[in-house]
Amino acid sequence: MARLIPAGVRPWRGVVLGAAGLYFLVPLLAALVFTVDVPNQGFTLDSYTQIFSADGFTTALLLSLGLGLTTVALALLLTLPAALAVRLSGSGRLRAVLEVVCTLPLVVPPVALVAGIGTVLKWGPDHLASTPLYETFVAVQDPEFPIVLVLAYVVMALPFVYRSLEAGLRAVDVRTLVEAARDLGASWPRAIVSVVLPNLRTALLNASFLALALVLGEFTVAQLLGFQPFAVWIVQASGSNAQLSVAVSLLSLVLTWVLLLVLTAVFRTRAARSARAPRPAKNRSDKNKKEAGA
Amino acid sequence: MTITDAPARTGTALRIRGLRRTFGSAVALDGLDLDVAPGELLALLGPSGCGKTTALRVLAGFERPDSGQVLLDGEDIVPVPANRRDTGMVFQSYSLFPHLTAAENVAFGMRMRKVAAAERRTRAAELLELVGLPDHGGRYPHQLSGGQQQRVALARALALRPRLLLLDEPLSALDAQVRVNLREEIRRLQLELGITTVFVTHDQEEALSMADRVAVMRGGRLEQCATPAELYDRPATAFVASFIGTMNRIPGRLASDGQAEVLGVTLPVDGPAGGATAFLLRPEALDVTADGPDTVIGSSFHGASTRLRVRLADGTEVKADLPSHAAGAFGAGAAVTVRPQRRPVLVAGEEA
Repeated sequence: MARLIPAGVRPWRGVVLGAAGLYFLVPLLAALVFTVDVPNQGFTLDSYTQIFSADGFTTALLLSLGLGLTTVALALLLTLPAALAVRLSGSGRLRAVLEVVCTLPLVVPPVALVAGIGTVLKWGPDHLASTPLYETFVAVQDPEFPIVLVLAYVVMALPFVYRSLEAGLRAVDVRTLVEAARDLGASWPRAIVSVVLPNLRTALLNASFLALALVLGEFTVAQLLGFQPFAVWIVQASGSNAQLSVAVSLLSLVLTWVLLLVLTAVFRTRAARSARAPRPAKNRSDKNKKEAGA
Repeated sequence: MTITDAPARTGTALRIRGLRRTFGSAVALDGLDLDVAPGELLALLGPSGCGKTTALRVLAGFERPDSGQVLLDGEDIVPVPANRRDTGMVFQSYSLFPHLTAAENVAFGMRMRKVAAAERRTRAAELLELVGLPDHGGRYPHQLSGGQQQRVALARALALRPRLLLLDEPLSALDAQVRVNLREEIRRLQLELGITTVFVTHDQEEALSMADRVAVMRGGRLEQCATPAELYDRPATAFVASFIGTMNRIPGRLASDGQAEVLGVTLPVDGPAGGATAFLLRPEALDVTADGPDTVIGSSFHGASTRLRVRLADGTEVKADLPSHAAGAFGAGAAVTVRPQRRPVLVAGEEA
């Protein structure tokens, strides 16, 4: 790659890299120092050891992970079949409709969304107290696992999930692949599972990661509806113990990075397995020539 | 041009009866009838939008006809879903499964039919050998050239020993040289296996050089279905005449005895004459001699032959093919005389 960059530009790469590194690393280092260097106590790792015994830490983390995974599953279950169906139908109008619907949540601020949800949730005690629907309203708001949050998160994740899937779908000719598979004896479901989904791997993983990251860091909706997933817990913990909350933030950052690295590593090995040799355009025409001469 | 080898006629008979398919108000197939003999390679040829691709997709089961029958060995397969039809198809665009190796692609159909893994491997290797890629089984599609990908696609289509092989412009995305090589190879394989084949193309050279018979389509209907030689020499309609090869349309008149008089030469008329005022002549059916009322306005060299463009005295522009050594004498602007050779001519319709 280096030889593609003109020599005059090369020193600037270091400058840009250094500036970006400073921008990201200085706050992190400051946070780290803050957590390990307590006034009057000197160096201590107390903040980190405290995390695991802190009140509500495990519950909040597990709740966030649970919400995240459920959101991913539901969002994919909604968008994937829709996006595939629209592709296979070849209808440009349907595709435009789907695109608008899936992008719309992006322009609705979470605060507005939560205000609407709050209003609807109030109907429960106000109007439905005597109907069986009231039970549903209660169940949906179970603090152990608030389904209402999942519903809100699915809406919020929709643009990201849809965009990633679309990018993946653009790269493959879904229709021809399905037809080829059907011609070879695969039923419709079989064609989707054994031919389309494997080729959408990257897109599916990207979509999942974006949705998961969104849920793990979401504060506004959960806080305003009165639930306590991880992000809300961090803010509350910071009120009682500043060092502890910063330590948790750092840790969650590291966790997210690890998750990202693992996913990237998974792609790398996959890509390496299927692309041991790159194929620049020159190679291809050479191959063609060889074949023509054969 | 036709690759003639002893054909092994062992395949399945295909009969198409009254096939009709409309998309909204557009008629893609307007009552198509076709017969393909066992082991025959039939080319469906026509301009884009003539219905040839729709016809092939109906055969594969990807499109449902509004009406009509597709009889494979006498059995109507229209109600049979695509995945239970006995057809193998090679697509125009690269259709190999990108996440599978060449060998896995070839074995895909057998996997769907639950063939044992060991047998799948053996047969996949055998097929890759058959299409000339014995060492490429472990490669992924993006590591193969376009021609290699279409070879693998051909092996994949043949893996289940289908009764009918369908080729949807499989060569159109390839370089010219690879295209010629691969079409000869497809033809060789098809003859060797004796598999009944329908080949869709818009490239007349491809159709004429590969097919046993060529079906020329237009507007969802069959214009003519004949051997390449017959199609070229005796086109049934003016459309076929102008679509296959190059035709000159030259004004003339009908003599009282039913013969045609074209450029001062009396010629027998092929087919009904009607009230003809123009006739169709191939470039190679015109002789060009030095001096005269006609003017050479250009020439293009094609190796053994050279094509002259000549403006006749009445303003009509014609093309004439001459052996290159003879054509060398006529540069642009040369005064010449164009005369038809004494061969039967066709009457030109109003369209053409």
